[in-house]
Amino acid sequence: MNPYSLNCSNNPVWRGFEQSIAQNTLPGAAGFQEAPTLEEINSRDGERQKIIASSARETKVHDELMSARIAETQDPLLKSAYETAFAGGRLSGEQGLRLLDAGDLNVLGWLATRAKERFHPQGKVSFLIDRNINYTNVCRIGCDFCAFYRRGPESDAYVLSKEDIFKKIEETIELGGTGTLMQGGVNPHLKIEYYEDLFRSIKQRYKIHLHALSVIEIEGIAQVSRLTVAETLERLKAAGLDSIPGAGAEILSDEIRLEQSPVKRHSHRWIKVMQEAHQANLPTTATMMFGALEERKHIIEHILRIRDAQDETKGFYAFILWTFQGENTELAKKNPDMQPTGGVEYLRVLAVSRLMMDNIPNIQGSWVTMGPKIGQISLHYGANDMGSIMIEENVVSAAGTSYTLDRKNMIELIRRSGFTPVQRDTYYNILAEYPETPAQ
Amino acid sequence: MESLTCASSHLPPRLLEGANALPTVKVSYQAVQSALRKSLRGERLSFEDGVNLYHSPDLVELGAVANEINLRKNGRDVYFNVNRHINPTNICALSCKFCAFSRKPNEEGAYAYSDDEIAHRAKMAADSGATEIHMVGGLHPRWKLSNYTNIIRTVKQAAPHVHVKAFTAVELDWLARKERKSVAEVIGELRDAGLGSFPGGGAEIFTPYVRELICDTKLTGDGWLDIHRTAHKMGLRSNCTMLYGHIEDVPARVDHMLRLRGLQDETAGFNVFIPLAYQPENNELGINRHTYGADDLKTVAVARLLLDNFRHIKSYWIMTGERVAQTALHFGANDLDGTVVEEKIANMAGSKGGMAMAKSNLLRVIRDADRVPVERSTVYEPIRRYDNPSEDSLV
Repeated sequence: MNPYSLNCSNNPVWRGFEQSIAQNTLPGAAGFQEAPTLEEINSRDGERQKIIASSARETKVHDELMSARIAETQDPLLKSAYETAFAGGRLSGEQGLRLLDAGDLNVLGWLATRAKERFHPQGKVSFLIDRNINYTNVCRIGCDFCAFYRRGPESDAYVLSKEDIFKKIEETIELGGTGTLMQGGVNPHLKIEYYEDLFRSIKQRYKIHLHALSVIEIEGIAQVSRLTVAETLERLKAAGLDSIPGAGAEILSDEIRLEQSPVKRHSHRWIKVMQEAHQANLPTTATMMFGALEERKHIIEHILRIRDAQDETKGFYAFILWTFQGENTELAKKNPDMQPTGGVEYLRVLAVSRLMMDNIPNIQGSWVTMGPKIGQISLHYGANDMGSIMIEENVVSAAGTSYTLDRKNMIELIRRSGFTPVQRDTYYNILAEYPETPAQ
Repeated sequence: MESLTCASSHLPPRLLEGANALPTVKVSYQAVQSALRKSLRGERLSFEDGVNLYHSPDLVELGAVANEINLRKNGRDVYFNVNRHINPTNICALSCKFCAFSRKPNEEGAYAYSDDEIAHRAKMAADSGATEIHMVGGLHPRWKLSNYTNIIRTVKQAAPHVHVKAFTAVELDWLARKERKSVAEVIGELRDAGLGSFPGGGAEIFTPYVRELICDTKLTGDGWLDIHRTAHKMGLRSNCTMLYGHIEDVPARVDHMLRLRGLQDETAGFNVFIPLAYQPENNELGINRHTYGADDLKTVAVARLLLDNFRHIKSYWIMTGERVAQTALHFGANDLDGTVVEEKIANMAGSKGGMAMAKSNLLRVIRDADRVPVERSTVYEPIRRYDNPSEDSLV
């Protein structure tokens, strides 16, 4: 498989996934060993202690213990949510919310791992080597949670030159990188011609995946260029854009968005642009940034909106969870009592996301916002991907978080968590595997 | 998991042979399963079981079983205490390779608190609601037993109602040898001065082939255990620790825990087991990485399963960070180390956990983990159960 077959309609992995969604057979389903059903496990022995005490069974201790815990769950809604998740069925918003509110962390981890194995039965965990290129920090939006943007006249406001961008791309390729993630502010001075020229000149020079722009940037480009969003997307794709990162989704709930960002408040617009991208054959990721004043019901609302959109256009290939990073942001200054998201809350949201997102194959754990330790642990709560070894990441580090991982550390981190590390490209094609090396 | 033989290939072979050798263990997933079943039936685990559990690829399974055992012992209660650390001196005759805290007497940054400085800190601790003062320090070459009893009296005078938990087995051994007294005599004098119990530091890794490489000048593992045995027999309780994540191997960790379990069988004098994650900065060991998150959680879980005669396993947030420490409450830990002010030893070695956590924050961390906070005394008597979340903001 040519890793640079960038047109997603020709990409076999992507095609396969689309087909399997259409036929309702998710990847890996054929090779997936069906575990015994809850009823089967429980019907063997009604009494919990006996289930636990017996050593003659072939099922894993884990399955028995967790099934017993589900069986003894009193709350009917929670129990139905567990059972639906166990059976691989579709969870309702109500069920999802109850899992988030009252689900037992051990049970969630167990269920999320099973759900992950339906998509990824091989025990592989992927990572990407790419570089974030924040081509401009000039932005007319000014979100409260952002510490990166400048208004324009400040001395540290910038737009990178083409030469600077080429240099960054060359460094990326030298470091084994396969992609670039280009994002910036919504700079009112940059029209579509700027992007077309930039993308074309990159593609003429380098074999590199262009994962670029966000919804708000695309809308901005359309606006200043007097184009429709569809026209903008078509021209950007023709110029070499390969896929669109799902950033800027934050929490897709108008109630919350209004508090966070005066301009990004219309959540349906985010969904609409993403769907237009899918229709233009530009696949995208979807993100969620939580831990910034929202309630759990808003998290569920967000997940449902993306799941519904995915049912229609099937263009999201990964769901990425971020937690809000507070330092240097207006939102944190206005809300001094805000606390960083805890480990348990993060793992809980991650696991419920994996359980609810039954139509998106990949879920990323965020070592960037949660640190390498929780990043590693996230692989046991539904994440199958560690995201990117980001060669450059200005936005998150501007908000005070700065963790770094190189390829060696990333491989070791994944291995030490009991999985086989694989390097992937932006479309999740596997480029290299790093099976266990013999002990030195 | 394939069946493989667990051997410590990164350690010098000479150390692994002869009388010091630990048995070679064949690990397999079947053996993991059988160990987990033994745990759930309430049976005692063997050395082989412990090594197998550590190699289990299914972290969440291990955690679920450890959590189950913890729930049977402690329910959803999570203990914490409000304490203050005082490190009276960093001047130390030893040179442990993993230590970033110690200084030689004339080295830059060397310090020894005066009586006034100690009294001031003790008083501040009592005024801020601390029920415990935790005091450990370097082995000051000029300090005698009378200096130590004096420190305790000073603290007790400034803060009469505060429990003084002070001095590791290493310090006791040093004092006994200096004073040409028995350890029991030294402990007796400290107790008469007002000492309430002993912390668990200085245990590191008992297993000789590891100890020789990381702290060959320190009290031996057997020596450490003997001193705690003596203290327990004199009616004083103590804690115990394990420093992991440096050069030790899995069998050494298991061996370490089993030695503690052996003494606990004999005396029942340990309050709690505290796994301490190695901190990589500013020391001579040359291992420059933090422990892995999965390893932190595994260590808590394996400890919960192996140490069947311990009621309490502590999750020490200063060493692992708040997020992992909180997650560990679902992997078998039932104690989140308290509101620690002034913890210099881990801090100087680069721990990212920070120095202090306010009580209200600690309550929130425990509640967010779906557990009930219970303030405890040093010896784990409940002081107050925080049943009602709405009262948290009042503390």
